[in-house]
Amino acid sequence: MPLNIVVCVKNVPSTLAVPVDPATGLPKTAGLVFAMNPFDEYAVEEAVRIKEKTPGTTITAVALGPESDGAVLREAISRGCDAGVLLSGAELQGGDNFSVSRALAAAIQKLSAEKPVHLALFGKSTNDDNSGVVGGQVAAWLGWPGVLFVKKIESIDENSAVLCRMMEDGVDKLKVKLPAAVGTVKEINEPRVPSLKGKMAAKKAAIPTWTAADLGLKPEEAGAAGARVKVARSSAPPPRPAGTRIAGATPAQTAEKLVAALIERKLI
Amino acid sequence: MSQQKILVIALLQRGVVSPAVYELLTAGRSLANVLKQPLAAYLPGGTAEQAKELVERGADRVLWSGHAALKDFNDELHAQAVLAAAAQEQPSWVLIPGSVAGRSLACRVAVKLGAGLATDINEIDPASGAVKRSHYSGNLQATMEFKSPVRVVTVQAMVFPQAPAQAGRAGEVTELAYAPAAAGTEFISFQAEEAGEIDLGGAERIVSGGRGVGGADGFKAIRDLAHALGAAVAASRAAVDSGWIPYRHQVGLTGRTVRPKLYVACGISGQVQHLAGMSSAANIVAINTDPECPMMQQATYLVVGDMFELLPLIVAEIKKRRGQPVAA
Ligand SMILES: Cc1cc2nc3c(=O)[nH]c(=O)nc-3n(C[C@@H](O)[C@H](O)[C@H](O)COP(=O)(O)OP(=O)(O)OC[C@H]3O[C@@H](n4cnc5c(N)ncnc54)[C@H](O)[C@@H]3O)c2cc1C
Ligand SMILES: Cc1cc2nc3c(=O)[nH]c(=O)nc-3n(C[C@H](O)[C@H](O)[C@H](O)COP(=O)(O)OP(=O)(O)OC[C@H]3O[C@@H](n4cnc5c(N)ncnc54)[C@H](O)[C@@H]3O)c2cc1C
Repeated sequence: MPLNIVVCVKNVPSTLAVPVDPATGLPKTAGLVFAMNPFDEYAVEEAVRIKEKTPGTTITAVALGPESDGAVLREAISRGCDAGVLLSGAELQGGDNFSVSRALAAAIQKLSAEKPVHLALFGKSTNDDNSGVVGGQVAAWLGWPGVLFVKKIESIDENSAVLCRMMEDGVDKLKVKLPAAVGTVKEINEPRVPSLKGKMAAKKAAIPTWTAADLGLKPEEAGAAGARVKVARSSAPPPRPAGTRIAGATPAQTAEKLVAALIERKLI
Repeated sequence: MSQQKILVIALLQRGVVSPAVYELLTAGRSLANVLKQPLAAYLPGGTAEQAKELVERGADRVLWSGHAALKDFNDELHAQAVLAAAAQEQPSWVLIPGSVAGRSLACRVAVKLGAGLATDINEIDPASGAVKRSHYSGNLQATMEFKSPVRVVTVQAMVFPQAPAQAGRAGEVTELAYAPAAAGTEFISFQAEEAGEIDLGGAERIVSGGRGVGGADGFKAIRDLAHALGAAVAASRAAVDSGWIPYRHQVGLTGRTVRPKLYVACGISGQVQHLAGMSSAANIVAINTDPECPMMQQATYLVVGDMFELLPLIVAEIKKRRGQPVAA
C-alpha cells in the first residue's frame, strides 16, 4: 500500500561563520545565503527511496520559517518531494524547539486530516541551532513513537517499520507502529542531486502558507510567545591560546620533545 | 525561586550506569548547593546496589525502578518511567546525559512537562538559572534563559568531572513501582560494535586521522598510537568518505562532537566542519606536513612533519618512557 510521508526541512545559513550583531548580542543572519539544512537532505532522500520502492507514495515537505523559506521547499521538491507547505507569519517566528515542534506537529495533524500520514522524517539536527530534538518532540506532541539517530529503515509498510538506531556502542533494532516520527543520520543513505525534472516541478509548484491560526494554534502557543527558552545572548568562544611549536633536529628528537611535553602536562 | 528541586536521570548503558551520570551528579551537586536543595536521582531499570552507588557519588535521594522493560532503552517506556518519577519529585531541573538515549528521552519528557529544553549544555549558572550551549557548529556560544518553571537539559559529555564515590555516604534509596503501559515502540535487539573499542564520546584521549593517512592501511599507525596512549580512534570525513574507516569514528559537523583532554590530529587540515566537532578539546596536537594548515592555529602543540615518520617514533618514545621510572 502506498504511504503518505512528511519530511521536515529547515532553511539555514550556508556558512558557519555567522557574526553577532553588537546591537542585540544575537547572531545576525540577515543577508547571508541560506540553503536546506545539510542533514535534512538525508531525510528527503530516504523518503524518495521509500517512494521508489512503494509506488503511489506521496511526500510533503514542511518548513517553518519566514516567507523566503519557500525556497527550501522548492529545493525539497527538486529532490523528489511531491508538495511543500510553508508554516509562516509573524506569530510563528522566533520560537524555540518547543514551539517549533508544536507547530510542525499541528501541521502534520492537519495534513493527516486530509490523508493519514504514516511517517514523518527529520534530519539529525540543524546546522544553526543544532538542538537535535525537534523530531522527538513532534512525536511527543502527536503521541507517536519517535526514534532519533536512525541509520537504516530495514522495512516499512503501512502498519509498522523496523529501524536501526545508531547508539554509542552499537546498533539498536526497534520495531515501531506507524504513524511514527523518525530522525535520520548521515549514514542512512547518499543523497542525490536534484534532477532536471525535479527542478521543473519545483519551479511550477504552488506552495501554500499556513499561519498559526490555520494550524489551530493560539498566539500564546506559537513562535516566541510559545517558547520555553530564549537565547539571551550569543558570543564567540574565547580564542584558543597560541600553541607551542615542537621541533627537534631529527624526527626522533621531535617525537621525544612531544612526549616529554605531554607527560609534563599530565596528558599521558 | 523557592524549592527548586533537582532530578538527575541516571541512564544505564547495557546494564551499567553510564559515566556521564557521574558527571551529572557533579553538575547537580553544584546546583543543589547553591539552591540549598537535596539532590535527587532517578534510576530507570537499575538495581538497589546501583542506587546506593549514586548516593555515594553525591545523590541525597535515589528512586529506582528495576523493571525488565527498562533494561534496554525504549523512548516511550523510559519517558513514561521518568515522568512518573518527575510527578513524584516535582523537579525544577531535570538533568539528562547528552547521549543518544538521553537526547531522545529529553524530547518526550520536556514536551510532556511543558518544559524548556536545552541540549548539550556546557555551563550552568545556578544563581540565574541560565545555561550555555554552543550553536552555529561551535562558532558561537549561546546563553539560554528559561521561561518555564521546569528546565530540562542534556549535558555535554566530558564537561563536568565525574563525582567521586565517598564510601558510607548517607542517603535515601527508594524503589519506585513501575508498570509498563502499552507502547508503539518495541525493542528487538542490540548489536555491539567491535569489542574493546573506546567510545569517542567519553574518551579522555583521541587520536584522529584524515586524508593525510592515505588509505585504510595507514590507519594502522593511528591505531598503534591510540593503543599506546589508551586513546579512542577518530577520523575526518575525508577519511570516512574514502571508506578507510567506518562512519561512527567521524568527528565534526556531520559526525560526533568530542571533548577530550587530548586530541591528536594526524593528516587533518582543520576545516571548519571538522573543528565543529573537536575545537573544545582541552589540548590539541597537530601533526601535519603543512605548517600553514588551519589545524596548526588551533593546536596546543604544533608538529610539522610526515605522520608516517613521526607516529612510530612517538609510539617508541612512549614505550621507552614507560620502561623507565619517570624522572621528576
Ligand atoms: C528569529 C529567531 C529567533 C529565535 N529565537 C530563539 C529563542 O529565543 N530560543 C531558542 O531556543 N531558539 C530560538 N531560535 C531558534 C529556534 O527557532 C530553532 O530553530 C528551533 O528551536 C528548532 O531547533 P533546531 O534548529 O535546533 O532543530 P533540531 O532539533 O536540531 O532539528 C532537527 C530536525 O527537525 C527539523 N526541523 C527543525 N527546525 C525546523 C523548521 N523550522 N522547519 C522544518 N523542520 C525543522 C529538521 O528536520 C531538522 O533536521 C530562533 C530562531 C530565529 C530564526
Ligand atoms: C556540510 C558539510 C559537512 C561536513 N562535515 C564534516 C565532518 O563532520 N567532519 C569532517 O572531518 N569533515 C566534514 N566536512 C568536510 C570538510 O569540509 C573537509 O573536507 C574535511 O574535514 C577534510 O578532511 P581532511 O582534513 O582529512 O582532508 P584534507 O583537507 O585534504 O587535509 C589533509 C591534510 O593532510 C596533510 N597531510 C598529507 N599527507 C600527510 C602526511 N604524510 N603527514 C602529515 N600530514 C599529511 C595535508 O597537509 C592536509 O593538511 C563537511 C563538509 C560539508 C560541506
